[in-house]
Amino acid sequence: MAELNHYLILSGILFTIGTAGVLLRRNVITVLLSIEVMLNAVNLTFIAFGRFLGSSDGQIIVFFVITVAAAEAAVGLALVIALFRHVETLNPDAFRQLRG
Amino acid sequence: MGFNLILFYVFAAIAVGTTLLVVVQSNPVHSVLLLIGSFIGLAGLYVLLEAPFVAVIQIIVYAGAIMVLFLFVVMLLNAPREEIVRSSMLESGATRAVGGLLALAFAAELAWALTRSRTLAMSRAGETPAFSVPQIGQRIFQEYGFAFEATSILILVAMVGAITLAGRNLSKNGQGPNG
Amino acid sequence: MINPVAIAQIVILLFVFVMLLSSAAGMVYMERKVAARIQQRMGPTLVGPYGLLQPLADIIKLAMKEDVRPKAADPILFALAPIISAATAFTAFAVVPFGAETTFFGLLDQPVPLQVADVNVAILWVFAVTSMGVYGIVLAGWSSNSKYSLLGALRSSAQMISYELSYGMALAAVLVLAGTMSIRGIVEAQSGGLLDVSRWFLWIQPIGFFIFMTAGVAETNRAPFDFPEAEQELVAGYHTEYSSMSFAMFFLAEYINMVTVSAIATSLYLGGWNGPILPDWLGWIWFLAKVGFLLFFYVWMRWTLPRYRYDQLMAFGWKFLLPLSVVNLLATAAGVLYFGL
Repeated sequence: MAELNHYLILSGILFTIGTAGVLLRRNVITVLLSIEVMLNAVNLTFIAFGRFLGSSDGQIIVFFVITVAAAEAAVGLALVIALFRHVETLNPDAFRQLRG
Repeated sequence: MGFNLILFYVFAAIAVGTTLLVVVQSNPVHSVLLLIGSFIGLAGLYVLLEAPFVAVIQIIVYAGAIMVLFLFVVMLLNAPREEIVRSSMLESGATRAVGGLLALAFAAELAWALTRSRTLAMSRAGETPAFSVPQIGQRIFQEYGFAFEATSILILVAMVGAITLAGRNLSKNGQGPNG
Repeated sequence: MINPVAIAQIVILLFVFVMLLSSAAGMVYMERKVAARIQQRMGPTLVGPYGLLQPLADIIKLAMKEDVRPKAADPILFALAPIISAATAFTAFAVVPFGAETTFFGLLDQPVPLQVADVNVAILWVFAVTSMGVYGIVLAGWSSNSKYSLLGALRSSAQMISYELSYGMALAAVLVLAGTMSIRGIVEAQSGGLLDVSRWFLWIQPIGFFIFMTAGVAETNRAPFDFPEAEQELVAGYHTEYSSMSFAMFFLAEYINMVTVSAIATSLYLGGWNGPILPDWLGWIWFLAKVGFLLFFYVWMRWTLPRYRYDQLMAFGWKFLLPLSVVNLLATAAGVLYFGL
């Protein structure tokens, strides 16, 4: 049977892929998608620990994480739409006005 | 028991493969669809971890609603333009190589750190605790009741915020687009 | 020797698949006949006795047409969209039970439920797979790269996700009554009583049944909620650019979605396979009769009612049906808590 370590390594790999996406991609939508990937990796960790420590806390916390991720995705996408109306590009490098 | 391990590897391969393609793909519509594939792979893993409720909730909420939102926004932003927005990954090959090496180092470090967790109290690893949905529901409403109410206010705030940010300016006499 | 129960389950799986396909063919025939009778004409009569082989002729015609793909269409998504539609339609039926546990006249030593899979989150499973069905439509419209398709697809998917909320609330009200999420458990909670009829949830929840059927009709994009497919306005909506077998798959998906919604409504509100006179092991006859009646009701509604305009449709879903379903859920919960229904 798959041990806890298997699940933790898998979630570590997924988290790394998500982080790489956030830091490397130059398309705002893909950056938001990579944030969702990172949240999913964390969800997997929660449920794996919940299962192997015999507690249902993992599932409950994941329930809340999914809900918060929904709210964050909605607001993030609304921001993207609002920004797109000013500068017709999806490249985050174009929004540098607050840069020091 | 071997069958479970095979299923784990199948779902893990689906999840990792599609997630890798999400980050590498240049077409945002394809990225969104591949992420849905990743969610389905993860839902399979949740079922293997005896959390069928969370697996189905993930499909309903994440893959069925949030990704539809993403897809709508991607289609909306591309619609006035004829070509697919192609992101320009970092130009020089050396930058890419260094970035890739750093990512591999990060993954290796995480894997090393997590496998040191053998000293954690895995006293109940062998049992198969079955958490029925009524039990989870009772815990959410009793122990986590405050978090539940706070989350519902958060969703309300997010809804209002999203409509305010992205909605068109309502006309001055307060009528919406449909009059 | 291979486990006979496993063989029985595989046989049931294949049987359900074949039954769904033939039910789609039967629906094609029934729709045309009933439509014709409502419009006071005869309908198909030439092909086979009483026109019964008409669906076969339709299938052969569709299969032999040329499969046209627009040049600017995204090839992967264009091919994937009908597959997603059809696959989700079939998958949603996997948890619907159509009969009591049977041993097939004593051939098996332990009874096998007449169902593809018995999951204890079955209602949520149906909901999840139905919400994945939205993608088939959205991708069809987007990948065709044509204005009519995109407009029809966006309208259709917005309609589907709006009515999913009322659908889910009606499901939740039945959940509160039955106390279990497994559909087999819900059907068994409705057994017994006078003539096996008096404990149906329909009598306790008539409003819930109305909400569920209305949301189900809107989910399957059937009249009077079929504005996204309205021929007078959008050519054919999201499947404008599809022809031959891909179009057949969309058609198939629509009919099988209808069958699934009718089957779930039967299991949740009309008592599934419980019925007056027949013994338990013949319960599937009652199931077929009830599903058939609901499908006839679907076709009857299409050819009798005018269609809603799109903004009327969305206003109805959000401003009337959703508050009504919330009130229904609260009233049901109060009833269970205080009156012990």
